[in-house]
Amino acid sequence: MALTREQIAMRVAQELQDGYYVNLGIGIPTLVANYVPQGMDVMLQSENGLLGMGPYPTEEQVDADMINAGKETVTAIEGASIFSSAESFAMIRGGHVDLTVLGAFEVDQEGNIASYMIPGKLVKGMGGAMDLVAGAQNIVVTMTHADKRGNSKLLEKCTLPLTGVDCIRKVVTDLAVMEIKDGAFHLLERAPGISVEEIREKTAGKLIVEGDIPEMKFN
Amino acid sequence: MAGFDKVVSSYEEAMHGLEDGMTVIAGGFGLCGIPEGLIAQIVEMKTRDLTFVSNNCGVDDFGLGLLLQDKQIKKMISSYVGENAEFERQFLSGELEVELTPQGTLAEKMRAGGAGIPAFYTATGYGTPVAEGKETREFNDRNYVLEESITGDFAIIRAWKADKTGNLVYRDTAMNFNPMAATAGKITVVEVEEIVEVGELKPTEIHTPGIYVNRVIQGNFEKRIERLTLAK
Repeated sequence: MALTREQIAMRVAQELQDGYYVNLGIGIPTLVANYVPQGMDVMLQSENGLLGMGPYPTEEQVDADMINAGKETVTAIEGASIFSSAESFAMIRGGHVDLTVLGAFEVDQEGNIASYMIPGKLVKGMGGAMDLVAGAQNIVVTMTHADKRGNSKLLEKCTLPLTGVDCIRKVVTDLAVMEIKDGAFHLLERAPGISVEEIREKTAGKLIVEGDIPEMKFN
Repeated sequence: MAGFDKVVSSYEEAMHGLEDGMTVIAGGFGLCGIPEGLIAQIVEMKTRDLTFVSNNCGVDDFGLGLLLQDKQIKKMISSYVGENAEFERQFLSGELEVELTPQGTLAEKMRAGGAGIPAFYTATGYGTPVAEGKETREFNDRNYVLEESITGDFAIIRAWKADKTGNLVYRDTAMNFNPMAATAGKITVVEVEEIVEVGELKPTEIHTPGIYVNRVIQGNFEKRIERLTLAK
């Protein structure tokens, strides 16, 4: 079975390490915060200027001056810090954030990512995505393996305008976990019950399969 | 301290000198930390052909979106826009020019502009539509794009507290772009929640020193929430 959005987030959460500073994008990446392994401390960075983002507020805690990068009301955890947008992007562009998780429309075998613009549709903007992909050392992309019409989103070459070049090394989809290196997608894990053949069929870019591919494990 | 008294008593005085065709840098992220009363004053003044440098462009009936109704904005320099129908209509019909700029690059453009740095290299946007027509250069085996800084005829920002000399403290994430915007205006106008006496703010807690600030006005904020999300 293909993974649900929550399961994709659960699998990405396995990439976390104790003491990590992490930036989570909008959508599936946001859900990763719900699956931080017990006993592990991570500090969430929100690019509007908050390090140490906490859960959504109760009605009593709601404060118009406390929002995240998705413009949602949030809280700050103990030990959080708040700073300007320039400081926030100094952290991001300076490579100080340990892990960035974001969504995409397309990723290709060279590690290029397209995530902000579909020509012919209204362009809303890249927000902080271009800074994040250019600055982070460690980026995980989450998305469905194929679009609703079955077209692969893992390509030989991105067709949409790029958000960043040669920057994506890991992709977690509803079907598989893949590493991008040497101009190819390397299959690391498959979703429970999903065959290597199905993944191969839905991967338009070059896919390398070496040895037995284990199923993802969820605790 | 008379020479350093930046406090003005009316919005007319606060925005005095704003003319058609000027560039205005505005603080705020979404509807958080925006100078609501200064925006309302620009609506009142009917100033036209303005270029706004701001991360976002408000919503239909609030924030900078209010300036779209009377077509006062000619160009937006922003990282994320289109939270409002009128914006979309004017953009698609070609009435409104939009220069999409990555959020970190936008913050740095303001910061550099205020610091007298005309341009800087950044890896952000290399190989993307953002880099088209711009100079690129390699440093330590990585490619970078040359981005020019931004200054404005006016900067309009919001702070939490100001003393009468214009030293500012921001509140929580309403800080966002405000400190950089404050430095990048020829005339920087601050709308604040509270004006305090000189000496009440500790020198070490001041986020923006008064040297950047020209005018301070006591504001009255609605503080609208764009996306109310609550704990389950």
